[in-house]
Amino acid sequence: MADLLIDARGVVVTYAGQRSLSGRRLAPRPVLHGIDLTIGRGETVGIVGESGSGKTTLGRALIGLLRPADGSIRFDGNDIVDLAETAMRPLRRRMQMIFQDPMSSLNPRRTIRSILSDPLLLHAIAADRAGAERRVQAVMERVGLPLALLDRYPHELSGGQRQRVGIARAVVLRPDFVLADEIVSGLDVSTQAQVLKLLGELKRELHLAMAFISHDLSVVRAVCDRVYVLSAGRVVEQGRCEAVFRAPAHAYTRALIDAIPLPVVDADWLTRQPVAAG
Amino acid sequence: MTAPLLSVSHLSAVSTRDGEGAILRDVSLSVARGEVHGIVGESGAGKSTIVKAILGILPRGIRLTGGAIALEERDLLTLDPDKRRHVLGAEVALIPQDPLTALNPGRRIGAQLTDGMRLWRGLSGKAAENRALALLHDVQMREPARVMRAYPHELSGGMRQRVLIAAAFALDPKLVIADEPTTALDVTVQKQILRLIRSLQERHGTGVIFVTHNLGVVAQICDRATLLYMGRVMEQEATATLLERPRHPYTRALIAACPRYDRPGQDLAPIPPDVIAACRAEIASLDRDGASHG
Repeated sequence: MADLLIDARGVVVTYAGQRSLSGRRLAPRPVLHGIDLTIGRGETVGIVGESGSGKTTLGRALIGLLRPADGSIRFDGNDIVDLAETAMRPLRRRMQMIFQDPMSSLNPRRTIRSILSDPLLLHAIAADRAGAERRVQAVMERVGLPLALLDRYPHELSGGQRQRVGIARAVVLRPDFVLADEIVSGLDVSTQAQVLKLLGELKRELHLAMAFISHDLSVVRAVCDRVYVLSAGRVVEQGRCEAVFRAPAHAYTRALIDAIPLPVVDADWLTRQPVAAG
Repeated sequence: MTAPLLSVSHLSAVSTRDGEGAILRDVSLSVARGEVHGIVGESGAGKSTIVKAILGILPRGIRLTGGAIALEERDLLTLDPDKRRHVLGAEVALIPQDPLTALNPGRRIGAQLTDGMRLWRGLSGKAAENRALALLHDVQMREPARVMRAYPHELSGGMRQRVLIAAAFALDPKLVIADEPTTALDVTVQKQILRLIRSLQERHGTGVIFVTHNLGVVAQICDRATLLYMGRVMEQEATATLLERPRHPYTRALIAACPRYDRPGQDLAPIPPDVIAACRAEIASLDRDGASHG
Protein backbone atom coordinates (compact mmCIF):
# COMPACT_ATOMS: atom_id res chain seq x y z
CA MET A 1 0.00 0.00 0.00
CA ALA A 2 1.40 3.35 -1.01
CA ASP A 3 0.00 5.43 1.78
CA LEU A 4 1.10 3.69 4.95
CA LEU A 5 0.81 5.51 8.25
CA ILE A 6 2.18 2.69 10.39
CA ASP A 7 4.67 0.13 9.18
CA ALA A 8 5.90 -2.36 11.79
CA ARG A 9 8.49 -4.96 10.81
CA GLY A 10 9.74 -7.91 12.83
CA VAL A 11 8.58 -6.52 16.17
CA VAL A 12 9.86 -8.55 19.10
CA VAL A 13 8.84 -7.62 22.64
CA THR A 14 10.31 -9.35 25.64
CA TYR A 15 9.28 -8.87 29.24
CA ALA A 16 12.26 -8.82 31.58
CA GLY A 17 12.76 -11.99 33.58
CA GLN A 18 11.27 -11.77 37.05
CA ARG A 19 13.05 -13.08 40.08
CA SER A 20 11.87 -16.43 41.27
CA LEU A 21 11.15 -17.03 44.96
CA SER A 22 14.73 -18.21 45.46
CA GLY A 23 16.00 -14.92 44.02
CA ARG A 24 17.25 -16.43 40.78
CA ARG A 25 16.54 -14.28 37.74
CA LEU A 26 14.32 -16.15 35.33
CA ALA A 27 14.93 -16.00 31.59
CA PRO A 28 13.29 -13.07 29.77
CA ARG A 29 9.84 -14.01 28.47
CA PRO A 30 9.22 -13.22 24.79
CA VAL A 31 5.69 -11.89 24.25
CA LEU A 32 5.78 -10.96 20.56
CA HIS A 33 7.87 -13.01 18.16
CA GLY A 34 8.55 -10.85 15.11
CA ILE A 35 5.27 -9.20 14.13
CA ASP A 36 4.79 -7.48 10.75
CA LEU A 37 1.81 -5.12 10.62
CA THR A 38 0.79 -2.15 8.51
CA ILE A 39 -1.98 0.41 8.84
CA GLY A 40 -2.86 2.76 6.01
CA ARG A 41 -4.10 6.33 6.49
CA GLY A 42 -7.79 6.23 7.32
CA GLU A 43 -7.74 2.47 7.66
CA THR A 44 -9.15 0.51 10.61
CA VAL A 45 -7.25 -2.63 11.44
CA GLY A 46 -8.52 -5.19 13.93
CA ILE A 47 -6.12 -7.03 16.21
CA VAL A 48 -7.82 -10.10 17.67
CA GLY A 49 -6.77 -12.99 19.83
CA GLU A 50 -7.44 -14.52 23.21
CA SER A 51 -5.99 -13.45 26.55
CA GLY A 52 -2.24 -13.77 26.53
CA SER A 53 -1.99 -13.62 22.73
CA GLY A 54 -0.03 -10.35 22.91
CA LYS A 55 -2.61 -8.01 21.35
CA THR A 56 -2.41 -5.35 24.06
CA THR A 57 1.40 -5.51 24.04
CA LEU A 58 1.41 -5.03 20.27
CA GLY A 59 -0.90 -2.01 20.54
CA ARG A 60 1.34 -0.42 23.17
CA ALA A 61 4.41 -0.95 21.02
CA LEU A 62 2.66 0.70 18.05
CA ILE A 63 2.22 3.98 19.91
CA GLY A 64 5.61 3.91 21.57
CA LEU A 65 4.42 3.04 25.08
CA LEU A 66 6.89 0.20 25.23
CA ARG A 67 10.09 -0.44 23.38
CA PRO A 68 10.56 -3.56 21.26
CA ALA A 69 13.71 -5.62 21.78
CA ASP A 70 13.99 -5.95 18.03
CA GLY A 71 12.30 -4.75 14.84
CA SER A 72 11.21 -1.35 13.58
CA ILE A 73 8.01 0.65 13.88
CA ARG A 74 7.60 3.50 11.43
CA PHE A 75 4.97 6.15 12.05
CA ASP A 76 4.54 8.37 9.00
CA GLY A 77 8.09 7.50 7.99
CA ASN A 78 9.76 8.03 11.37
CA ASP A 79 11.12 4.98 13.16
CA ILE A 80 9.81 5.55 16.67
CA VAL A 81 11.72 2.68 18.29
CA ASP A 82 14.90 4.65 18.89
CA LEU A 83 13.48 8.15 18.66
CA ALA A 84 14.65 10.65 21.27
CA GLU A 85 11.95 12.03 23.57
CA THR A 86 12.17 15.52 22.01
CA ALA A 87 11.55 14.09 18.55
CA MET A 88 8.80 11.80 19.86
CA ARG A 89 6.79 14.55 21.56
CA PRO A 90 5.25 16.12 18.42
CA LEU A 91 4.32 12.63 17.21
CA ARG A 92 2.54 11.81 20.48
CA ARG A 93 -0.27 14.23 19.73
CA ARG A 94 -0.83 12.47 16.42
CA MET A 95 -1.26 9.05 18.07
CA GLN A 96 -3.92 8.78 20.74
CA MET A 97 -5.40 5.99 22.79
CA ILE A 98 -8.88 5.05 23.95
CA PHE A 99 -8.82 2.67 26.88
CA GLN A 100 -10.90 -0.30 27.92
CA ASP A 101 -11.98 1.11 31.24
CA PRO A 102 -12.65 4.83 30.99
CA MET A 103 -13.07 5.02 34.76
CA SER A 104 -9.45 4.10 35.34
CA SER A 105 -8.07 6.22 32.51
CA LEU A 106 -9.86 9.48 33.36
CA ASN A 107 -8.41 11.44 36.25
CA PRO A 108 -11.06 11.16 38.99
CA ARG A 109 -10.15 14.55 40.48
CA ARG A 110 -10.52 16.56 37.29
CA THR A 111 -13.75 17.79 35.76
CA ILE A 112 -14.62 16.64 32.26
CA ARG A 113 -13.83 20.20 31.07
CA SER A 114 -10.32 20.02 32.45
CA ILE A 115 -9.77 16.47 31.12
CA LEU A 116 -10.66 17.65 27.61
CA SER A 117 -9.10 21.11 27.56
CA ASP A 118 -5.75 20.56 29.33
CA PRO A 119 -4.24 18.48 26.49
CA LEU A 120 -5.27 21.20 24.01
CA LEU A 121 -3.28 23.77 25.97
CA LEU A 122 -0.39 21.38 26.63
CA HIS A 123 0.04 20.60 22.94
CA ALA A 124 -0.56 24.29 22.08
CA ILE A 125 -3.45 23.42 19.79
CA ALA A 126 -5.53 26.07 21.49
CA ALA A 127 -3.87 29.43 22.18
CA ASP A 128 -5.82 30.17 25.34
CA ARG A 129 -8.61 28.95 27.65
CA ALA A 130 -11.30 30.53 25.48
CA GLY A 131 -10.01 28.80 22.37
CA ALA A 132 -9.79 25.47 24.22
CA GLU A 133 -13.34 25.90 25.50
CA ARG A 134 -14.67 26.40 21.99
CA ARG A 135 -13.04 23.19 20.80
CA VAL A 136 -14.16 21.30 23.90
CA GLN A 137 -17.77 22.38 23.40
CA ALA A 138 -17.62 21.37 19.74
CA VAL A 139 -16.25 17.91 20.53
CA MET A 140 -18.80 17.35 23.32
CA GLU A 141 -21.56 18.09 20.85
CA ARG A 142 -19.96 15.83 18.26
CA VAL A 143 -19.82 12.82 20.61
CA GLY A 144 -23.37 13.48 21.75
CA LEU A 145 -22.77 14.60 25.32
CA PRO A 146 -24.67 17.52 26.92
CA LEU A 147 -22.47 20.52 27.80
CA ALA A 148 -23.80 20.36 31.37
CA LEU A 149 -21.51 17.35 31.92
CA LEU A 150 -18.42 19.55 31.51
CA ASP A 151 -18.54 20.53 35.19
CA ARG A 152 -18.99 16.95 36.38
CA TYR A 153 -16.38 14.43 37.50
CA PRO A 154 -15.86 11.03 35.81
CA HIS A 155 -17.60 9.06 38.59
CA GLU A 156 -20.79 11.07 38.07
CA LEU A 157 -21.15 9.78 34.50
CA SER A 158 -22.55 6.46 33.22
CA GLY A 159 -20.22 3.92 31.60
CA GLY A 160 -21.38 4.87 28.11
CA GLN A 161 -20.93 8.59 28.81
CA ARG A 162 -17.42 8.00 30.19
CA GLN A 163 -16.49 6.05 27.08
CA ARG A 164 -17.71 9.02 24.97
CA VAL A 165 -15.46 11.29 27.03
CA GLY A 166 -12.58 8.89 26.36
CA ILE A 167 -13.29 9.14 22.63
CA ALA A 168 -13.66 12.93 22.80
CA ARG A 169 -10.33 13.23 24.61
CA ALA A 170 -8.61 11.19 21.91
CA VAL A 171 -10.10 12.99 18.89
CA VAL A 172 -10.02 16.56 20.24
CA LEU A 173 -6.28 16.59 19.51
CA ARG A 174 -6.92 15.82 15.83
CA PRO A 175 -4.72 12.70 15.76
CA ASP A 176 -3.89 10.67 12.65
CA PHE A 177 -3.99 7.41 14.55
CA VAL A 178 -6.08 6.06 17.41
CA LEU A 179 -5.42 2.89 19.34
CA ALA A 180 -8.66 1.49 20.77
CA ASP A 181 -8.03 -1.36 23.22
CA GLU A 182 -11.16 -3.39 24.09
CA ILE A 183 -13.15 -0.17 24.33
CA VAL A 184 -16.63 -1.71 24.24
CA SER A 185 -16.09 -4.92 26.19
CA GLY A 186 -17.50 -3.51 29.43
CA LEU A 187 -20.58 -1.96 27.82
CA ASP A 188 -24.13 -3.20 27.29
CA VAL A 189 -25.00 -4.09 23.67
CA SER A 190 -27.20 -1.05 23.19
CA THR A 191 -24.47 1.30 24.50
CA GLN A 192 -21.87 -0.66 22.56
CA ALA A 193 -23.73 -0.13 19.28
CA GLN A 194 -23.92 3.63 19.96
CA VAL A 195 -20.21 3.90 20.77
CA LEU A 196 -19.16 1.86 17.72
CA LYS A 197 -21.42 3.87 15.44
CA LEU A 198 -19.93 7.12 16.74
CA LEU A 199 -16.41 5.79 16.29
CA GLY A 200 -17.18 4.81 12.69
CA GLU A 201 -18.52 8.29 11.92
CA LEU A 202 -15.50 10.02 13.48
CA LYS A 203 -13.12 7.75 11.62
CA ARG A 204 -14.63 8.83 8.28
CA GLU A 205 -14.95 12.52 9.17
CA LEU A 206 -11.40 12.83 10.51
CA HIS A 207 -9.83 10.26 8.17
CA LEU A 208 -8.46 8.45 11.23
CA ALA A 209 -6.32 5.37 11.08
CA MET A 210 -7.21 2.99 13.86
CA ALA A 211 -5.94 -0.15 15.53
CA PHE A 212 -8.96 -1.81 17.07
CA ILE A 213 -8.01 -4.44 19.64
CA SER A 214 -10.79 -6.80 20.64
CA HIS A 215 -11.56 -10.35 21.62
CA ASP A 216 -15.02 -10.00 20.07
CA LEU A 217 -14.88 -10.95 16.40
CA SER A 218 -18.43 -9.80 15.70
CA VAL A 219 -17.47 -6.29 16.80
CA VAL A 220 -14.28 -6.43 14.72
CA ARG A 221 -16.26 -7.52 11.68
CA ALA A 222 -18.57 -4.53 12.16
CA VAL A 223 -15.87 -1.84 12.34
CA CYS A 224 -12.63 -3.03 10.73
CA ASP A 225 -11.31 -3.06 7.16
CA ARG A 226 -8.57 -5.62 7.79
CA VAL A 227 -7.83 -7.97 10.66
CA TYR A 228 -4.75 -9.57 12.20
CA VAL A 229 -5.29 -12.76 14.22
CA LEU A 230 -2.74 -13.21 17.00
CA SER A 231 -1.95 -16.40 18.86
CA ALA A 232 0.89 -16.76 21.37
CA GLY A 233 2.65 -13.63 20.10
CA ARG A 234 2.53 -14.51 16.40
CA VAL A 235 0.27 -13.40 13.55
CA VAL A 236 -1.38 -16.61 12.40
CA GLU A 237 -3.57 -14.98 9.79
CA GLN A 238 -4.23 -11.53 8.36
CA GLY A 239 -6.28 -10.14 5.56
CA ARG A 240 -9.35 -8.17 4.58
CA CYS A 241 -12.27 -8.86 6.90
CA GLU A 242 -14.55 -10.17 4.15
CA ALA A 243 -11.96 -12.76 3.14
CA VAL A 244 -10.93 -13.84 6.65
CA PHE A 245 -14.50 -14.20 7.90
CA ARG A 246 -15.75 -15.89 4.73
CA ALA A 247 -12.93 -18.41 4.50
CA PRO A 248 -10.59 -18.42 7.51
CA ALA A 249 -7.38 -20.10 6.44
CA HIS A 250 -5.99 -20.95 9.86
CA ALA A 251 -7.57 -23.48 12.22
CA TYR A 252 -7.20 -21.05 15.13
CA THR A 253 -9.13 -18.33 13.31
CA ARG A 254 -11.81 -20.87 12.48
CA ALA A 255 -12.06 -21.93 16.13
CA LEU A 256 -12.35 -18.30 17.26
CA ILE A 257 -15.14 -17.55 14.79
CA ASP A 258 -16.96 -20.78 15.51
CA ALA A 259 -16.92 -20.10 19.26
CA ILE A 260 -18.99 -16.91 18.89
CA PRO A 261 -22.55 -17.64 19.96
CA LEU A 262 -24.98 -15.98 17.56
CA PRO A 263 -28.45 -14.90 18.72
CA VAL A 264 -30.00 -17.65 16.60
CA VAL A 265 -31.08 -21.02 17.98
CA ASP A 266 -28.72 -23.66 16.62
CA ALA A 267 -29.27 -27.04 18.25
CA ASP A 268 -25.84 -28.40 17.31
CA TRP A 269 -23.70 -25.39 18.15
CA LEU A 270 -22.80 -26.45 21.70
CA THR A 271 -21.55 -29.88 20.74
CA ARG A 272 -20.10 -29.00 17.34
CA GLN A 273 -16.33 -28.94 17.06
CA PRO A 274 -14.77 -26.45 14.65
CA VAL A 275 -14.26 -27.90 11.19
CA ALA A 276 -10.57 -28.32 10.44
CA ALA A 277 -9.18 -25.76 8.02
CA GLY A 278 -9.14 -27.09 4.46
CA MET B 1 -49.54 -30.54 36.19
CA THR B 2 -46.93 -30.66 38.92
CA ALA B 3 -45.66 -27.48 40.48
CA PRO B 4 -42.52 -26.00 38.95
CA LEU B 5 -39.18 -26.45 40.68
CA LEU B 6 -38.85 -22.73 41.29
CA SER B 7 -41.58 -20.20 41.07
CA VAL B 8 -41.06 -16.47 41.48
CA SER B 9 -44.38 -14.66 41.60
CA HIS B 10 -45.14 -10.96 41.49
CA LEU B 11 -41.81 -10.05 43.03
CA SER B 12 -41.27 -6.34 43.59
CA ALA B 13 -38.33 -4.56 45.18
CA VAL B 14 -37.27 -0.99 45.87
CA SER B 15 -34.00 0.72 46.63
CA THR B 16 -34.15 2.16 50.12
CA ARG B 17 -31.28 4.53 49.29
CA ASP B 18 -32.73 5.92 46.11
CA GLY B 19 -36.02 7.38 47.36
CA GLU B 20 -37.79 3.98 47.20
CA GLY B 21 -37.12 3.75 43.46
CA ALA B 22 -38.42 0.51 41.96
CA ILE B 23 -35.81 -2.14 41.17
CA LEU B 24 -38.11 -5.09 40.44
CA ARG B 25 -41.65 -4.53 39.18
CA ASP B 26 -44.04 -7.45 39.56
CA VAL B 27 -41.63 -10.09 38.20
CA SER B 28 -42.97 -13.61 37.75
CA LEU B 29 -41.06 -16.55 36.29
CA SER B 30 -40.83 -20.26 36.83
CA VAL B 31 -38.16 -22.88 36.25
CA ALA B 32 -39.10 -26.51 35.59
CA ARG B 33 -36.93 -29.49 36.52
CA GLY B 34 -34.39 -30.07 33.78
CA GLU B 35 -34.95 -26.62 32.26
CA VAL B 36 -32.40 -23.88 31.61
CA HIS B 37 -34.15 -20.55 32.08
CA GLY B 38 -32.35 -17.39 30.96
CA ILE B 39 -32.69 -14.12 32.83
CA VAL B 40 -31.60 -11.54 30.29
CA GLY B 41 -31.22 -7.80 30.28
CA GLU B 42 -28.77 -4.93 30.23
CA SER B 43 -27.11 -3.52 33.34
CA GLY B 44 -29.64 -2.20 35.83
CA ALA B 45 -32.44 -4.42 34.48
CA GLY B 46 -32.71 -6.26 37.80
CA LYS B 47 -31.13 -9.62 36.84
CA SER B 48 -28.87 -9.92 39.85
CA THR B 49 -31.52 -8.60 42.25
CA ILE B 50 -33.72 -11.59 41.37
CA VAL B 51 -30.83 -13.98 41.98
CA LYS B 52 -29.95 -12.35 45.28
CA ALA B 53 -33.57 -12.45 46.38
CA ILE B 54 -33.72 -16.21 45.66
CA LEU B 55 -30.48 -16.79 47.58
CA GLY B 56 -31.60 -14.50 50.41
CA ILE B 57 -28.55 -12.28 50.08
CA LEU B 58 -30.08 -8.93 49.10
CA PRO B 59 -27.87 -6.02 50.09
CA ARG B 60 -29.11 -3.73 52.82
CA GLY B 61 -30.10 -1.01 50.34
CA ILE B 62 -32.72 -3.19 48.61
CA ARG B 63 -36.06 -4.19 50.14
CA LEU B 64 -38.66 -6.58 48.77
CA THR B 65 -42.11 -4.99 48.76
CA GLY B 66 -44.17 -7.93 47.59
CA GLY B 67 -44.32 -11.31 45.94
CA ALA B 68 -43.22 -14.83 46.73
CA ILE B 69 -40.39 -17.19 45.86
CA ALA B 70 -41.19 -20.89 46.14
CA LEU B 71 -38.79 -23.80 45.77
CA GLU B 72 -40.89 -26.92 45.34
CA GLU B 73 -43.80 -25.10 46.97
CA ARG B 74 -41.84 -24.04 50.04
CA ASP B 75 -42.00 -20.24 50.28
CA LEU B 76 -38.40 -19.16 50.78
CA LEU B 77 -39.39 -15.67 51.91
CA THR B 78 -41.48 -16.84 54.89
CA LEU B 79 -39.50 -19.95 55.86
CA ASP B 80 -37.72 -19.55 59.18
CA PRO B 81 -34.08 -18.55 58.63
CA ASP B 82 -32.51 -21.81 59.84
CA LYS B 83 -34.78 -23.94 57.73
CA ARG B 84 -34.25 -21.68 54.73
CA ARG B 85 -30.48 -21.85 55.08
CA HIS B 86 -30.75 -25.60 55.13
CA VAL B 87 -32.95 -25.76 52.03
CA LEU B 88 -30.72 -23.37 50.09
CA GLY B 89 -27.48 -25.02 51.21
CA ALA B 90 -28.59 -28.50 50.26
CA GLU B 91 -30.70 -27.85 47.17
CA VAL B 92 -29.50 -24.67 45.47
CA ALA B 93 -26.02 -23.94 44.14
CA LEU B 94 -24.42 -20.87 42.58
CA ILE B 95 -21.90 -20.60 39.76
CA PRO B 96 -20.60 -17.06 40.21
CA GLN B 97 -19.36 -14.61 37.61
CA ASP B 98 -15.82 -14.17 38.85
CA PRO B 99 -14.16 -17.48 39.64
CA LEU B 100 -11.20 -15.86 41.36
CA THR B 101 -13.03 -13.92 44.05
CA ALA B 102 -15.35 -16.86 44.69
CA LEU B 103 -12.48 -19.12 45.74
CA ASN B 104 -10.53 -18.67 48.95
CA PRO B 105 -7.01 -17.76 47.80
CA GLY B 106 -5.39 -19.34 50.86
CA ARG B 107 -6.94 -22.80 50.69
CA ARG B 108 -6.25 -25.68 48.34
CA ILE B 109 -8.92 -26.58 45.74
CA GLY B 110 -9.44 -30.01 47.34
CA ALA B 111 -10.31 -28.53 50.73
CA GLN B 112 -12.76 -26.06 49.18
CA LEU B 113 -14.47 -28.75 47.11
CA THR B 114 -14.94 -31.18 49.98
CA ASP B 115 -16.31 -28.70 52.57
CA GLY B 116 -19.89 -28.82 51.27
CA MET B 117 -19.94 -32.59 50.94
CA ARG B 118 -18.85 -33.07 54.54
CA LEU B 119 -21.15 -30.35 55.86
CA TRP B 120 -24.33 -31.08 53.89
CA ARG B 121 -23.95 -34.73 53.00
CA GLY B 122 -21.99 -35.93 56.03
CA LEU B 123 -19.32 -37.65 53.94
CA SER B 124 -16.07 -38.69 55.60
CA GLY B 125 -12.85 -36.94 54.57
CA LYS B 126 -11.77 -39.81 52.36
CA ALA B 127 -15.18 -40.29 50.75
CA ALA B 128 -15.46 -36.56 50.07
CA GLU B 129 -12.02 -36.54 48.49
CA ASN B 130 -12.90 -39.42 46.19
CA ARG B 131 -16.14 -37.69 45.22
CA ALA B 132 -14.24 -34.44 44.53
CA LEU B 133 -11.80 -36.29 42.26
CA ALA B 134 -14.71 -37.81 40.36
CA LEU B 135 -16.31 -34.37 40.00
CA LEU B 136 -13.14 -32.80 38.65
CA HIS B 137 -12.98 -35.65 36.19
CA ASP B 138 -16.63 -34.93 35.25
CA VAL B 139 -15.79 -31.32 34.43
CA GLN B 140 -13.03 -32.61 32.15
CA MET B 141 -10.17 -31.34 34.27
CA ARG B 142 -6.84 -32.80 33.36
CA GLU B 143 -4.76 -34.18 36.25
CA PRO B 144 -7.50 -33.87 38.89
CA ALA B 145 -5.23 -35.12 41.67
CA ARG B 146 -2.81 -32.28 41.03
CA VAL B 147 -5.63 -29.72 40.85
CA MET B 148 -6.87 -30.90 44.28
CA ARG B 149 -3.54 -29.83 45.79
CA ALA B 150 -3.34 -26.53 43.87
CA TYR B 151 -4.21 -23.07 45.12
CA PRO B 152 -6.66 -20.96 43.04
CA HIS B 153 -3.95 -18.64 41.65
CA GLU B 154 -2.18 -21.62 40.10
CA LEU B 155 -5.15 -22.27 37.78
CA SER B 156 -6.25 -20.43 34.63
CA GLY B 157 -9.59 -18.60 34.54
CA GLY B 158 -11.23 -21.43 32.62
CA MET B 159 -9.90 -24.05 35.08
CA ARG B 160 -11.15 -22.03 38.06
CA GLN B 161 -14.59 -21.83 36.47
CA ARG B 162 -14.52 -25.63 35.99
CA VAL B 163 -13.72 -26.03 39.69
CA LEU B 164 -16.72 -23.87 40.60
CA ILE B 165 -18.97 -25.84 38.27
CA ALA B 166 -17.76 -29.03 39.94
CA ALA B 167 -18.49 -27.45 43.33
CA ALA B 168 -21.96 -26.35 42.18
CA PHE B 169 -22.94 -29.86 41.06
CA ALA B 170 -21.15 -31.54 44.01
CA LEU B 171 -24.25 -31.82 46.16
CA ASP B 172 -26.51 -32.78 43.27
CA PRO B 173 -28.62 -29.66 43.75
CA LYS B 174 -32.13 -29.27 42.36
CA LEU B 175 -31.47 -25.73 41.16
CA VAL B 176 -28.21 -24.19 39.90
CA ILE B 177 -27.98 -20.44 39.48
CA ALA B 178 -25.33 -19.45 36.93
CA ASP B 179 -24.69 -15.72 37.30
CA GLU B 180 -22.93 -14.52 34.11
CA PRO B 181 -20.48 -17.42 34.47
CA THR B 182 -18.66 -16.80 31.18
CA THR B 183 -18.46 -13.02 31.02
CA ALA B 184 -14.79 -12.90 31.99
CA LEU B 185 -13.68 -15.73 29.71
CA ASP B 186 -12.32 -15.98 26.16
CA VAL B 187 -14.86 -17.16 23.58
CA THR B 188 -13.34 -20.60 23.06
CA VAL B 189 -13.26 -21.18 26.82
CA GLN B 190 -16.79 -19.78 27.09
CA LYS B 191 -18.00 -22.38 24.63
CA GLN B 192 -16.40 -25.21 26.64
CA ILE B 193 -17.96 -23.92 29.85
CA LEU B 194 -21.42 -23.59 28.27
CA ARG B 195 -21.15 -27.11 26.89
CA LEU B 196 -20.12 -28.40 30.30
CA ILE B 197 -22.97 -26.71 32.18
CA ARG B 198 -25.50 -27.98 29.65
CA SER B 199 -24.23 -31.58 29.74
CA LEU B 200 -24.10 -31.76 33.56
CA GLN B 201 -27.53 -30.16 33.78
CA GLU B 202 -28.99 -32.66 31.31
CA ARG B 203 -27.35 -35.61 33.02
CA HIS B 204 -28.62 -34.64 36.48
CA GLY B 205 -31.96 -33.19 35.37
CA THR B 206 -31.09 -29.97 37.19
CA GLY B 207 -33.09 -26.78 36.80
CA VAL B 208 -30.82 -23.87 35.90
CA ILE B 209 -31.27 -20.12 36.05
CA PHE B 210 -28.77 -18.65 33.61
CA VAL B 211 -28.19 -14.92 34.04
CA THR B 212 -26.60 -13.18 31.06
CA HIS B 213 -26.64 -10.01 29.01
CA ASN B 214 -25.58 -11.92 25.88
CA LEU B 215 -28.41 -12.94 23.55
CA GLY B 216 -26.02 -15.26 21.71
CA VAL B 217 -25.43 -17.21 24.92
CA VAL B 218 -29.19 -17.30 25.55
CA ALA B 219 -29.76 -18.74 22.09
CA GLN B 220 -27.30 -21.58 22.64
CA ILE B 221 -28.02 -22.70 26.20
CA CYS B 222 -31.46 -21.58 27.38
CA ASP B 223 -34.74 -23.40 26.83
CA ARG B 224 -36.79 -20.38 27.84
CA ALA B 225 -35.88 -16.83 28.74
CA THR B 226 -37.20 -13.81 30.58
CA LEU B 227 -36.13 -10.44 29.17
CA LEU B 228 -36.06 -7.63 31.71
CA TYR B 229 -35.90 -3.88 31.35
CA MET B 230 -35.93 -1.53 34.35
CA GLY B 231 -36.97 -4.41 36.59
CA ARG B 232 -40.03 -5.27 34.49
CA VAL B 233 -40.54 -8.43 32.41
CA MET B 234 -40.70 -7.26 28.79
CA GLU B 235 -41.07 -10.68 27.24
CA GLN B 236 -41.00 -14.29 28.46
CA GLU B 237 -40.91 -17.05 25.90
CA ALA B 238 -39.29 -20.20 24.63
CA THR B 239 -35.85 -19.09 23.38
CA ALA B 240 -36.58 -19.77 19.71
CA THR B 241 -39.82 -17.75 19.88
CA LEU B 242 -38.15 -14.89 21.72
CA LEU B 243 -35.35 -14.59 19.16
CA GLU B 244 -37.20 -15.48 15.97
CA ARG B 245 -40.62 -13.93 16.61
CA PRO B 246 -40.07 -11.23 19.23
CA ARG B 247 -43.31 -9.42 20.04
CA HIS B 248 -42.04 -6.49 22.07
CA PRO B 249 -40.32 -3.59 20.24
CA TYR B 250 -37.62 -3.57 22.94
CA THR B 251 -36.78 -7.24 22.26
CA ARG B 252 -36.58 -6.52 18.53
CA ALA B 253 -34.33 -3.48 19.09
CA LEU B 254 -32.03 -5.39 21.45
CA ILE B 255 -31.62 -8.23 18.94
CA ALA B 256 -30.88 -5.70 16.18
CA ALA B 257 -28.22 -4.01 18.35
CA CYS B 258 -26.05 -7.16 18.51
CA PRO B 259 -23.18 -7.00 16.03
CA ARG B 260 -22.99 -10.23 14.01
CA TYR B 261 -19.99 -11.47 12.08
CA ASP B 262 -22.28 -13.44 9.78
CA ARG B 263 -24.14 -10.32 8.70
CA PRO B 264 -21.50 -8.00 7.31
CA GLY B 265 -22.62 -4.72 5.92
CA GLN B 266 -25.54 -4.62 8.31
CA ASP B 267 -25.27 -1.27 10.01
CA LEU B 268 -24.92 -1.17 13.75
CA ALA B 269 -28.33 -0.35 15.12
CA PRO B 270 -28.34 1.33 18.53
CA ILE B 271 -31.71 1.03 20.27
CA PRO B 272 -33.80 3.92 18.84
CA PRO B 273 -34.64 6.62 21.43
CA ASP B 274 -38.38 6.31 20.67
CA VAL B 275 -38.28 2.59 21.62
CA ILE B 276 -36.69 3.52 24.97
CA ALA B 277 -39.22 6.32 25.47
CA ALA B 278 -42.11 3.94 24.72
CA CYS B 279 -40.71 1.34 27.17
CA ARG B 280 -40.44 3.94 29.91
CA ALA B 281 -43.96 5.19 29.26
CA GLU B 282 -45.31 1.63 29.28
CA ILE B 283 -43.54 0.89 32.57
CA ALA B 284 -44.75 4.13 34.15
CA SER B 285 -48.31 3.32 33.13
CA LEU B 286 -48.07 -0.23 34.52
CA ASP B 287 -46.61 1.23 37.75
CA ARG B 288 -49.67 3.51 38.05
CA ASP B 289 -52.08 0.61 37.39
CA GLY B 290 -50.30 -1.44 40.03
CA ALA B 291 -50.51 1.41 42.54
CA SER B 292 -54.24 1.95 41.92
CA HIS B 293 -54.98 -1.76 42.40
CA GLY B 294 -52.78 -2.00 45.47
